[in-house]
Amino acid sequence: MIQTHLLTKVFQDRKKGEIRGTDSLSLRVDPGRIYGLLGANGAGKTTTLRMLATLLKPTSGSAVVAGHDVVREPDQVRAQVGFLATSTALYARLTAREMITYFGRLNRLPEPALRTRIRLLADELDMHEFLDRRCDKLSTGMKQKTSIARMLIHDPQVMIFDEPTLGLDVMAARAIVAFVRQCRDRGKTVIYSTHVMSEAEKLCDVIGIIHGGKLRAEGTLAELRARTGEADLEDSFVKIVSMEDEK
Amino acid sequence: MSLGTIGTIYAKEFRDSLRDRRTLFSALVAPTLIIPVMMFGIGTLASRVVSQATKEVPRIMVIGGADSPSVRSDLEKSGRFHVESASADWKTLISDKKVRAAVEIPPGFEKGLESGLAPSISLYDFDGELKSGIAVGQLKNYFNELRERTTARLLAARGLPASVARPFEVLQANVAPPAKTGGNLLGGLVSYVILLFCIIGAMYPAIDLAAGEKERGTMETLLCCPAARTDIVLGKFLMVLTGSMAAVACSLVSTGLTLVLMGLALAGSAKKVSLVPTIDPLGMLGVLGMVIPVAILFSALLFTISLFAKGHKEAQTYVTPVLFLAIIPIVVGILPGIDLNLTLALVPILNISLVCKEMLSGVWHWNYIAVILGSTMVYASAALALAVRMFKREDVIFRT
Repeated sequence: MIQTHLLTKVFQDRKKGEIRGTDSLSLRVDPGRIYGLLGANGAGKTTTLRMLATLLKPTSGSAVVAGHDVVREPDQVRAQVGFLATSTALYARLTAREMITYFGRLNRLPEPALRTRIRLLADELDMHEFLDRRCDKLSTGMKQKTSIARMLIHDPQVMIFDEPTLGLDVMAARAIVAFVRQCRDRGKTVIYSTHVMSEAEKLCDVIGIIHGGKLRAEGTLAELRARTGEADLEDSFVKIVSMEDEK
Repeated sequence: MSLGTIGTIYAKEFRDSLRDRRTLFSALVAPTLIIPVMMFGIGTLASRVVSQATKEVPRIMVIGGADSPSVRSDLEKSGRFHVESASADWKTLISDKKVRAAVEIPPGFEKGLESGLAPSISLYDFDGELKSGIAVGQLKNYFNELRERTTARLLAARGLPASVARPFEVLQANVAPPAKTGGNLLGGLVSYVILLFCIIGAMYPAIDLAAGEKERGTMETLLCCPAARTDIVLGKFLMVLTGSMAAVACSLVSTGLTLVLMGLALAGSAKKVSLVPTIDPLGMLGVLGMVIPVAILFSALLFTISLFAKGHKEAQTYVTPVLFLAIIPIVVGILPGIDLNLTLALVPILNISLVCKEMLSGVWHWNYIAVILGSTMVYASAALALAVRMFKREDVIFRT
């Protein structure tokens, strides 16, 4: 489970002064559910997810991930989290197997369990053909599978996806979407950031609209439509954001 | 801190670096090849240039000397010079390297030789120009010989032996063992090369493991794992240190082999001892030991600086001035006349440069060695602590 309470991150910028990347954000994601964090570029999605993955420290507020506080127990949080983003690349000079093994060891998996887990993931993701090929020689799809295997090697309870389909072709993006659904079906707690409305519509059980670092609206797709009176999520999103801007 | 995690990170970085041509070049290939290329290549070239210049019969000009025909004809007949016809623009001809040197024979020179009261001869050359220097040297030799012959003739005419003018000789001999002589001659150069490679070997891995990871997007992947930040820094730092020490070891082995090969190449030559000094192997080992703390210092510093950069190019911009700044104390250390004292023993890099020179000459100042090791370890620990601190700073790691 993920639970945040008034989570805030303030950056200091020499030119712009104080920037509130995330502002008093409170949300809850239950196991077996996909929470979609929908927002435009610069809305605060990445900052929020980086705080949940303990890559950034909150300025104030709190967040508990898989039962651990992100500030007090960052190592335990990371041990329970799988994080996939466009910015989480692969080591080009390692093979797919070496890459996955490396992260398995960093997650302190015993060697026999690690070998079994790699075999299992290679079966599931159909990776045997390229498992011993260097990552810089892999196709985009193969790289995605390797990243997913890297993310799953320690079988985390919580999955954090930060715009994972950005820059991918249709087929690779569909594979990611299918994988996210599988995670939910296996009872994982999933938080998924995107600015692609169709992805949010297809995937998310709950959608939170984030704008200017604040959570502006939250609910199921049906609830958001009902609230705005719009049939389309994109129209609902624009309406909510515009209403908040007018305030 | 987990030794297992540090080991895992180091092992991965080591494997990764072995597959990186740029790291292999900076840590292994360059340090191995540069010394022999410098010593054999530049040495051979320099000796060939000097040999050619020595073989050349220099063109000289005789100014004046109309009333000293035998001196003039003797210079021509000696075969040591091409005597050109006198010309008013002889200074320009020397500056343009068309004539190597000129000798001015004053009026009444030959007549003065008979009485032993000849006026002074003047020699003119292009100061600092090799062939001009050789020509003027040969002219000096010629006139010294003429002076000795004249002295002997004048003494004989008075019934005195030639030894009256040179009653005794001064003999000089080296008593220092070859290793100490070699250390004294090459100590500064070897210290310079080793300290330089200590930085060069650390430079590329430091850039690749910090700024390079950020640029390629793998830093965020790594930060998502449960490894503590300190363990990540230490694992990466050990790899940078490995690069530095590998470069030092390669340059040391390469220097030793080059000296041995040069010795074999010149075996039997009378000039062997002066041309190819030997270096005390114990001194070399001592240098290797002294370099470890300075390698830690450089590795931690370069890694920290590289952390600030967003990519390779930016990191190179930051790291290059460090290389030049570090060269200053290294060069100061090899200047003659600068001796190790307690104050200098506390100046980082300069202290290592000075003590290594001494150790290679077979002089072991144990008190200074202890001070230098201690102070450098303190600086190195501070640099490493700074690296860990910087790695934990979000504005450094996620700098945009």
